[in-house]
Amino acid sequence: MATLELLGFGQNGWGALLLVATLMTLAVTATALLIGAVLGTVVATAKLSGNMLLVGLGNVYTTVFRGVPELLIIYLIYFGGSSAVTAVGQWLGYEGFLGLPSFAAGALAVGIISGSYQAEVYRGAYLAIAKGELEAASAIGMNRMLRLRRVVMPQVLRYAIPGLGNVWQLTLKDSALISVTGLAELMRTSQVAAGSTRQYFLFYIVGGVLYLLLTSFSDRLFNRAERRANRSMPAAAMGQA
Amino acid sequence: MPGVTRLSVRNIRKSFGDHEVLKGISLDAEDGDVISLLGASGSGKSTFLRCINLLETASDGEIFVDGEQIRMVKKNGQNRPESQKQVDHIRSELGMVFQSFNLWSHMTILQNVIEGPVHVLKRPKAECIAEAEALLEKVGIADKRHAYPAHLSGGQQQRAAIARALAMKPKVMLFDEPTSALDPELVGEVLRVMRALAEDGMTMLVVTHEMSFARNVSNRVVFMRQGVVDSSGAPDDMFGSGASPAFRQFIGHFGGEQ
Ligand SMILES: Nc1ncnc2c1ncn2[C@@H]1O[C@H](COP(=O)(O)OP(=O)(O)OP(=O)(O)O)[C@@H](O)[C@H]1O
Ligand SMILES: [Mg+2]
Repeated sequence: MATLELLGFGQNGWGALLLVATLMTLAVTATALLIGAVLGTVVATAKLSGNMLLVGLGNVYTTVFRGVPELLIIYLIYFGGSSAVTAVGQWLGYEGFLGLPSFAAGALAVGIISGSYQAEVYRGAYLAIAKGELEAASAIGMNRMLRLRRVVMPQVLRYAIPGLGNVWQLTLKDSALISVTGLAELMRTSQVAAGSTRQYFLFYIVGGVLYLLLTSFSDRLFNRAERRANRSMPAAAMGQA
Repeated sequence: MPGVTRLSVRNIRKSFGDHEVLKGISLDAEDGDVISLLGASGSGKSTFLRCINLLETASDGEIFVDGEQIRMVKKNGQNRPESQKQVDHIRSELGMVFQSFNLWSHMTILQNVIEGPVHVLKRPKAECIAEAEALLEKVGIADKRHAYPAHLSGGQQQRAAIARALAMKPKVMLFDEPTSALDPELVGEVLRVMRALAEDGMTMLVVTHEMSFARNVSNRVVFMRQGVVDSSGAPDDMFGSGASPAFRQFIGHFGGEQ
């Protein structure tokens, strides 16, 4: 079969499936990033709280989820979670295997990992805020909430953008591991296409190209956001990407 | 309104651990008073100023701003403000100018100046912008209103910081060495703004090493030494024959700068 036909949108083409898979990868990565943003914020706040117990728990989180292989976390959550659900099902009188939805389980697992990296990004960003600016906010009569909203958050975001760009790339690549749950994202679909057509080279290269398209496109978005945020930086910092 | 007491501080004490930095300091500022606070490094000037707007919590003593006392309670032997809400309110009535400017770096100069009036005082934005532009005009940086702090000189940043404090229409302005971080050639432009402010009748408490300001602009000089007020009085007396030996020795170090 001709290469073009294999990749096309016709009856024997994989084009439509690959397109859907690319969107699926984008969706699961974005969901994971959001889950990670929530977890990362909570963990960074805990680590900055000064409370010994919270700091300890935060450290355990970032150490464990940055230190353990991603694949293991995914197995743990997807298969571990599924067998827990199955056990509960049996206890309720339902015979047979109950699987967790692979999108949700995958996004959660990758989100937990992404959160451990994001926590460090947010913590570093908070520490980069000049202490005098926080003091000036208090001195003008801002309460804690207002100070958080007007002075802390905008600056945390500004300082976090480059780090978040890296975390996004990392999360995008991690999302390929979700293929083990059977979710038809880009990795899984490339695999299936390669296997069923025996055109391994073709489909893995096309898959790789699609990943590259995603990363370089998002890279550009992050760079643009960074440039916008850097408008307020000293001139010397403006040229850096 | 001369004769109205804008700020009254009674017997303020402050310790860091077992190091007592302020050992009972009292001070009254009437409307329009410009008080220069002098003292050697480490004598507690900054700590005193920071206790007034509760950036530090005094261990003991009373503070009244425009007649309103800041309510304090003892909790586990620690002095604490009774109401954070009152603290925020009092702070909004005290303008603070820092040595290192501390403008919010993610906001333009104009945004810095309207931030307090709009978000703390919740006043209409259009009104605040009009007032802010007038203030920036007054301190001479109207043309910089859409610039970010990092793109301004130190002298310009400090003038913006003064405008930011003034936009709150404070009862008293507190300055902590406002010119100490500036290159010598930029000191003058900030002192000129402060002098104009004094002439407008603003009540000011100024920690400074600028002897010319203490002598020629302020109407009272307070000399702090080792956590107490060593001596105070009108500049002519303090810098004349009435000086205490310690103050005489202190200003001896500044001989060339007058
Ligand atoms: N947060 C703090 N913790 C512990 N000690 C402090 C703290 N802040 C100030 N001190 C100590 O209190 C003393 C007075 O400090 P302060 O900054 O008030 O002096 P200052 O008169 O403003 O000096 P300078 O002219 O150098 O600014 C110093 O010995 C300082 O080390
Ligand atoms: Mg000081």
